[in-house]
Amino acid sequence: MSAPNKYPTESLKLWGKAKQLREQYYQNYATAKEKGGLRWSGSAWALDAVPAGLGDDVYSLTGEPYAAAVAHDRKFAKECMDAAESVGFARDLCSYMRIYWGGMHLDKYLYGGKFPKPDFIFQTQICCSHSKWYQHVAKVEQVPQFYVDVGVGPYKDMNKDRLDYVTNQLLDGIEFLEKSTGRKFDDEKFLKAVKNEMRSTSRWADICALNKAKPAPLDEKTMYSLYVLATLSKSSQWCADFYDELYDEVKDRVARGIAAVPNEKARMMSDTQPPWSFLKIFRYLETYGAVSIGSLYTFALEGIWEDKPDGSWGGRTLPWEKGIEMNTREQIARLYADWNLSKPQWQHFFDPRLKTEMMLRIVREWQVDGVMLHLNRGCEGLSMGIMENRGGIAKAGVPIMTFEGNMGDEREFDEVRTQARVDAFMEQLGLRRQAA
Amino acid sequence: MFATGAGRKQVAFATEGVTEMTAGAKGANYMFPMCRTVVDVGAEEGRGMKTDAEGKAVDFAGNEKCAAGAGSFAEAMSRALQMTLKEFGEASLKSDKSIPMNAQCTVFAESEVVSLIHSSTPKNDIAKAVLDAVASRVCAMVRRVGIEGEVVLIGGMVHNAGFVQSLKTAMGVDAVSLPDMPEYISALGCALIAAERQH
Ligand code: SF4
Repeated sequence: MSAPNKYPTESLKLWGKAKQLREQYYQNYATAKEKGGLRWSGSAWALDAVPAGLGDDVYSLTGEPYAAAVAHDRKFAKECMDAAESVGFARDLCSYMRIYWGGMHLDKYLYGGKFPKPDFIFQTQICCSHSKWYQHVAKVEQVPQFYVDVGVGPYKDMNKDRLDYVTNQLLDGIEFLEKSTGRKFDDEKFLKAVKNEMRSTSRWADICALNKAKPAPLDEKTMYSLYVLATLSKSSQWCADFYDELYDEVKDRVARGIAAVPNEKARMMSDTQPPWSFLKIFRYLETYGAVSIGSLYTFALEGIWEDKPDGSWGGRTLPWEKGIEMNTREQIARLYADWNLSKPQWQHFFDPRLKTEMMLRIVREWQVDGVMLHLNRGCEGLSMGIMENRGGIAKAGVPIMTFEGNMGDEREFDEVRTQARVDAFMEQLGLRRQAA
Repeated sequence: MFATGAGRKQVAFATEGVTEMTAGAKGANYMFPMCRTVVDVGAEEGRGMKTDAEGKAVDFAGNEKCAAGAGSFAEAMSRALQMTLKEFGEASLKSDKSIPMNAQCTVFAESEVVSLIHSSTPKNDIAKAVLDAVASRVCAMVRRVGIEGEVVLIGGMVHNAGFVQSLKTAMGVDAVSLPDMPEYISALGCALIAAERQH
């Protein structure tokens, strides 16, 4: 059976630029010392606009996207995990953390050479692994460390005390940075970085909102290569500028009816990080005419959202567009904390029902036909409460399937069984495979 | 020519494939028209399906890599007790004890069985403990899709009377309908789907 393509398609013009920016990021970290710069490490959720106040020659290595990049190289990923296990770490810990640790213990960097040592650790804490991850790094590398506890409850219940608690930690963090690096903190650079981050994360949400269009201009597999820039360096000028450019290109695709999947018949939504070495599962979906339009994970791991006046979900309005001023260090830190605490992907750490509500919102606004949940053994943080989400989504009458796997550890992913699950789900949705 | 089952893609002469979930739901509903919940437990996998009045699978859940919710687990445990599967099922019916098995994994469960043997626990009680454990895992999967209407069990474990009893208890239902030739219900469902697509 062969179905003719329904929609025109074309490759993304900015694809190459995204790839180049990503490569440059990892190179910058590796070579920072050659130019007298500083290196720090923390997670993709680290409040990275703070270290940016130390200067323009300060480079980060965010652990999760680095480990995800390693996961694509199955041989090296296994080597890293073996190394972490041989140090004595259990196999059921966060697979990103094990990959990062393994690379550090092997002293091997994915992009060649030795594993670059950070000058300090600057990290947030919301998942149980966050602090433990970098405490071990700090111990092995013998570098100073600072953690910001952001576990203050859901944003809907935000109050002055909670916001003070995080803001004050950021201000303490600035003192820590000055003391541990001997550099003077520059509030102008801090402000610029905070503004960049607000631009990046709000713009990324706007880009995802464009995917409400039918046909979807982007598929989730492509989105992974784009959202990653915010996980690397959301407070950088290059990241904010790139998303502005990308927004224009995606908007143009919507205007011209350009589809990511030309035979789009059904729209899927996923959840949590995918098994990175098996992204072909998304291409398999396409053989049924199914496109994954994204997920709360892709949209909101870094995207910052708000309710728009018409009731829809879109990028959060930038404070200065609302006339809110950021003049003092304290004001900047407070608005920056508030901005991050509204991150949708942090809310389920407090209550899985908040995540179910957001997922159902995506189902409605993005016109999703079916939900595929990855029960990700590699990430207890994002998998927490996922069966509650399944229950809530099924109760709402939305077709849903689950498959088990691991974002970084391929030993826990069964490709054949997962394909069989997908086949059954597609049958449930009344879809049949189309000849190539 | 339609094929179903885990090896359906290997059937070179088949022109179309139907998954075991879709085919099982169709076949069970054909045999028992009031069936809305299908429990399929074979050697390799245990799964639960919710079906509509036409026998279309509207939701499903299955075990993953772990075999503890499948027939092969019961088989391994019966071997540890040096019993045939049939004897194992019958032995379990003679016990009224509830011994919880804590291990999630077949390998660890086997060592629990060995400890029970060493502590001179009667074989009947051990058999029931094992089948209760399989039933409880299968039941947890079925609960994910919800238990509604008539419950039908298909797959090889239908032949294990002890398991059927354990499943009823775990699901809290008075009756579980059992088809004749339960191993062929998915093949029947597949044939029915093939016939429908001809029209
Ligand atoms: S378990 Fe998940 S949320 Fe926690 S550190 Fe690892 S990747 Fe991040």
